[in-house]
Amino acid sequence: MNQVYDVLIIGSGVVGSAVAREFSRYRLTIGVLEKELDVCCETSGRNSGVLHGGFTYKTGSLKALCSVEGNEEFDQVAAELDVPFKRTGKVVVGFTDSDMQSLLKYKAIGEANGVPGLEIIDRQRLEKLDSSAGGEFAMYSPTSGILNPFIYTVALAENAKQNGVEFYFGREVIGITRKNDIYEIITNKDVYKTRWVVNCAGLNSAKISTMLGIEGYTIGGFKGEYFVLDKKVGKFLNMPVYPAPGPTGGFATHATPTVDGNVLIGPDSALVDDFADYGVTSPAMEKLIIDGQKMFKHVKREHFIRNFSGIRPKLINIETGQILDFVLESRTEAPNAINLVGIESPGVTSALPLARRAVALLREKETLLPNEKFNPNRKGILCFAKQSDEVKKELIAKDSNYGEIICRCETVTKAEILQAVHNCLGVETVLGIKNRTRVMMGRCQGGYCETRIAEIIQEELNKQATEVLYGRGGSTMFTGKVRG
Amino acid sequence: MAIINKDVVIIGGGPAGLAAAVQLRKKGIQDIVIIEREKQLGGILRQCIHDGFGLTRFETTLSGPEYSQRFIDLVEEMNIKYITDATVIDLTPEKKVVIVSKKGLLEYQAKAVILTMGCRERTRGAISIPGTRPAGVYNAGVAQSYINLHNTMVGREVIILGSGDIGMIMARRMTLEGARVKAVFEVLPYPSGLPRNIQQCLEDYDIPLYVSHTITKIKGHSRVEGITVSQVDENMKPIPGTEKEYDCDTLILSVGLIPENELSLACGVELDDRTKGAIVDENYQTTVDGVFAAGNVLQVHDVVDFVSLEAEALADSVAEYIKAGTLMYCKINIITDTHISHTIPQKISGEKDLKICMRVKKPFKNCKIDVLQNNIVIKTVTMKKAIPAEMIQIKIKKTDLKSSDIIKVVVA
Repeated sequence: MNQVYDVLIIGSGVVGSAVAREFSRYRLTIGVLEKELDVCCETSGRNSGVLHGGFTYKTGSLKALCSVEGNEEFDQVAAELDVPFKRTGKVVVGFTDSDMQSLLKYKAIGEANGVPGLEIIDRQRLEKLDSSAGGEFAMYSPTSGILNPFIYTVALAENAKQNGVEFYFGREVIGITRKNDIYEIITNKDVYKTRWVVNCAGLNSAKISTMLGIEGYTIGGFKGEYFVLDKKVGKFLNMPVYPAPGPTGGFATHATPTVDGNVLIGPDSALVDDFADYGVTSPAMEKLIIDGQKMFKHVKREHFIRNFSGIRPKLINIETGQILDFVLESRTEAPNAINLVGIESPGVTSALPLARRAVALLREKETLLPNEKFNPNRKGILCFAKQSDEVKKELIAKDSNYGEIICRCETVTKAEILQAVHNCLGVETVLGIKNRTRVMMGRCQGGYCETRIAEIIQEELNKQATEVLYGRGGSTMFTGKVRG
Repeated sequence: MAIINKDVVIIGGGPAGLAAAVQLRKKGIQDIVIIEREKQLGGILRQCIHDGFGLTRFETTLSGPEYSQRFIDLVEEMNIKYITDATVIDLTPEKKVVIVSKKGLLEYQAKAVILTMGCRERTRGAISIPGTRPAGVYNAGVAQSYINLHNTMVGREVIILGSGDIGMIMARRMTLEGARVKAVFEVLPYPSGLPRNIQQCLEDYDIPLYVSHTITKIKGHSRVEGITVSQVDENMKPIPGTEKEYDCDTLILSVGLIPENELSLACGVELDDRTKGAIVDENYQTTVDGVFAAGNVLQVHDVVDFVSLEAEALADSVAEYIKAGTLMYCKINIITDTHISHTIPQKISGEKDLKICMRVKKPFKNCKIDVLQNNIVIKTVTMKKAIPAEMIQIKIKKTDLKSSDIIKVVVA
């Protein structure tokens, strides 16, 4: 490609998408390179979906600053970008004296970080907040919340796209060179040129750093597995229930309601070498059940509908083993490169604050002119199931595709699926439609609707069966026609 | 929204719903509507293109579409009203039925509601199979729909987990279409499908069936590349050291069916934890007055003929309910010992002849099934072989009953 971009962003997780959106406020040509076929395929989409309060991070750290800032502004962000979000509050529960010490410690840290409203509550108060939560006492954080991390990332990316950013999927960066102040980003498919490059590669952020000429970062992949529970038990959980952190810090398995009404149990934490293996394992699942039941009493096998795992890219001090703060930098060995390394939890909460800081780094060197056409608002796909009977009637009258329910478990209509199939990012996978509409996410896991969705993709995008992909590159669903 | 009054609203136009509609009309009930979410009537039988249906009900062997067509023809002949492409989204205890269709939102007020929604397949997530999540893992019924209704082949090198009937039928179906089915694995120490399917779908095609085996890992990044299987102990836990690897591009799951009772729950119907279907009396009436259930939504059947017969028996009661406005009170509970998984019905009046359906929990040879009241045997059935895959039906005459005491069914 001969075009020289002003800014190329590597990675379209929540951070890359937020960076793209924030840069699109200015008169710049911007592109995003993503190795997967959609946004949000890795860490950003494989987590608890919690908007963090910011009480567990060292005061003054980027993790603390960005999560508190991101938490504070999220009502407005959710409104602008039409992201399902609930400020549910959260409880961190304890059973023992040492748990109480831990809660008091984090309450003090939280207060120093500027987290409002933290209080220690007894079982009676906990019972009122959430009667199905485990624990003898808790720290209550009223500002914590839950959000749909897929939709949030999609929303950031779509808003960026509407404001002029170009997205290239299936592009894995394999090399970076710099000639005459222009970066050449070599991907598995083609080469892109840019004046500025932003590393938002998450799990691969150390690898990209090395390609940029910045050495010395080590990313530890901390894998965590989850169970997804049926909506039947979702109504029993009002807010995330976390266990008090042990002496080494960090949260163990918790129970989290999702904005759609399911419950997530997880994650555990294990250091892994393979950053592409999202498999789940039997011992981990067994342990999740035991640990999960301590947080939420309705963890029963009959309510399991799915498992998944995610990998948190933690920046590690290789000598001490210590987990380090987010890195956001622009260094002399890589001029005009903005490097984000070790963005793990609370990455979803911190994405926009990090993005603004990335913009500020560029602004130190160049004057930015506002993009007068920038529109901060993006509309999502209206969820038919959540509308009143009156609105449902109007929708069907306007477009009869709202009268055709394709996914029975989640009551998703053909109209919603068509909007997802024709999404503005040009994503064409089954998983892309699933994450945008909730089809196949219910208790039958696509048993009823998957065949119809595969058919709609073929019809609408004019594809052969053999071209339909489930999620990743090469995830062919069909081998061809049966006959003819 | 205008409310349409109906004597009977039937939810689901599969073999149970169709049979109920036809029988109701035969009993003189005119004001019926069948609600079907698919484009055509017929339910799951539309994709069951193999034969073997109808041996009991019609005394001949039919394919699934042929079997359902017999009822569809009668529905047409009798001018029974039905709506297709219509999904029920709400059902209230007052028997208000809310429907979404391309024509808009419809609302029916029914005197009686018949639940015939069928069942769905248990999924990988429900049984937590370890491993990655590549493309190429299909439930047997989904694969059957792709192949038989969508002319789309799902894979070439196939492993099947679960010896349920659909899994075995898909083993044969995929073999006939040129796929290589390498093996079927069953976690139980005995097959869970019917003996005739083991013979006709596996043995006739030299497809090996391994019992007491399960899949302990699915491998593959984008598409399934292989699986690991392990033998299991008597508690169905994998035995370390027995792992065996298989290369394949497709994994078909046939690991059980679950009655689809979301609407039943919405209107307050109480479910039986054992069947995952409604608790019903001898009239197939659920715990909600005027709401009835039959077919796979009530209990998962092995043969469709029994689905239709059950629905026809239900229709007789519904007709009586519509005419009389009420049915006999059923206060005699039926309980079981630990060898019987459940019974349908769960309670009776004691004033009628009836049929009790049940399954054994494990295979028995040369056994007796006793029906007891107050420790006295009121009926006994001798069986050469009783297996969980085959539903057992025992007829009880009103005159067999000795009292209004609780009834117990046991394997003796």
